[in-house]
Amino acid sequence: MLDLVNIQTYYGNIQALKNISIHIDEGEIVTLIGANGAGKTTTLMSISGIVPPKSGTITFLGEPIHDLNAEQIVARGISQVPEGRHIFPYLTVMENLDMGAFLRTDKRNIRADLEMIFEMFPILSDRRHQEGGTLSGGEQQMLAISRALMARPRLLLLDEPSLGLAPLIIKKIFIIIKEINRTRNTTIFLVEQNANLALHVADRGYVMENGSITMEDTAAALLVNEDVKRSYLGI
Amino acid sequence: MEYFLELFLGGMTRGSIYALIALGYTMVYGIIGLINFAHGEIYMIGAFTALITASVLTIFGLNPFAILVLAGLAAVVYSSAYGFTIEKVAYKPLRNAPRLSPLISAIGMSIFLQNYVLLAQTSDFMPFPNLIPEFAFMEPWAHIIGSSEIVILAVTAVAMVLLTLLIKFTRIGKAMRATAQDRKMAMLVGVNINRVISVTFIIGSSLAAIGGLLIASHIGQINFYIGFIAGIKAFTAAVLGGIGSIPGAVLGSFVLGWTESFATGYISSDYEDVFAFSLLVLILIFRPAGILGRSESKKV
Repeated sequence: MLDLVNIQTYYGNIQALKNISIHIDEGEIVTLIGANGAGKTTTLMSISGIVPPKSGTITFLGEPIHDLNAEQIVARGISQVPEGRHIFPYLTVMENLDMGAFLRTDKRNIRADLEMIFEMFPILSDRRHQEGGTLSGGEQQMLAISRALMARPRLLLLDEPSLGLAPLIIKKIFIIIKEINRTRNTTIFLVEQNANLALHVADRGYVMENGSITMEDTAAALLVNEDVKRSYLGI
Repeated sequence: MEYFLELFLGGMTRGSIYALIALGYTMVYGIIGLINFAHGEIYMIGAFTALITASVLTIFGLNPFAILVLAGLAAVVYSSAYGFTIEKVAYKPLRNAPRLSPLISAIGMSIFLQNYVLLAQTSDFMPFPNLIPEFAFMEPWAHIIGSSEIVILAVTAVAMVLLTLLIKFTRIGKAMRATAQDRKMAMLVGVNINRVISVTFIIGSSLAAIGGLLIASHIGQINFYIGFIAGIKAFTAAVLGGIGSIPGAVLGSFVLGWTESFATGYISSDYEDVFAFSLLVLILIFRPAGILGRSESKKV
């Protein structure tokens, strides 16, 4: 479904991604784990067209997307929940969700998706007229995921959804992620520092270090891999 | 009491014109974080476009009201084209540059446009036809408020209502607010940032052009320098109300207009600017973000 081949991305003169190749199949949950500053967020930003790669190709559903701008990439069916949630603070919950459906014109389906989201997260329905900035961290993460779902993505990019949340909320968020994958048939690319958690929900995983992919395997295999255990699982 | 009312309405008229210009400053600042110093020149160019259009149409013998509307349309279109082009030429290439660079570019643009109009139209004050006829029904109140002042207040009110509706309820309005609050996230939901920025410049320029037309017709003369003075005042009003805030710009403009009007009326017109800028200093000391400004707490 998504193929990154030899991607190199720069911030000015600093190379953040060095020859990254990643492959994701339709319906999978694939995770990218690694330490702070390894280049995980940059990988997502390159896919979304915010920091376009300098060389290499990204193919989505058989078509190259690395030359498209951010708007066109969303229109193709890739939505991102960025690190730190990035809720529009002075838009209401409802308006935040509307922004998620910004490129859609099918009004009736948008309404149906809203219903589905309010069913999944009743708290968002209760707070629909409240400004996004007034929500708690967990509510904001739910809103961020919901906003991305409002675009009806084929592929959902999640950047550190567990960041700064209480363990109980994290657990809930990850149950929802699994559910979105299963019931909506949405492919998920999950970036996480919390490797243990990520590898438990994912089918496959990539390990990133200093801008390069150093390991690639099924999640189950990575969980018992000695190097991964030592470096990322703290066992 | 009548004198007070006269000053009050006079200040409100002044404030309306400031508001029409200040909105352009505040909207552009809200979206791209830039003080567009060339904005006053857009207003001046609007006034000149209206003058040229009005002069041509007068030859054809149209009635003043039709001329007012057509000259207004011409001014809006022409000024919008200028605003749009200035952004593309002077600011867009510098979007990722340090903040000081586009600011200097803006000052350069302002000086360029002033001198370009100076060369094209000379530095003389040009008489501007009074396009707003005296209404007969206004006769009893003529000593308090003139017909052109009524028109200025009404047009400004309509413009504000339309702008508010646009920003609150339309798709592009929501995109503008989203972009102002979090540009990268707006891109991630598929907002075309370039389009939003262009639309912002076009709306700001249109409002300034309307202001230029109205005040030119009210005062009766214009030259190349009017944009600089009006621009500084409107910028002050925007900062006073809280730069980046739309209601703030309107409120700041009225406060500034009243301050000037009362200072002129009760003390002396020599002290008009002294009071206006003292007020600015006072407000910035006690409310650094402006009257309605949100104090930004940068999260790390």
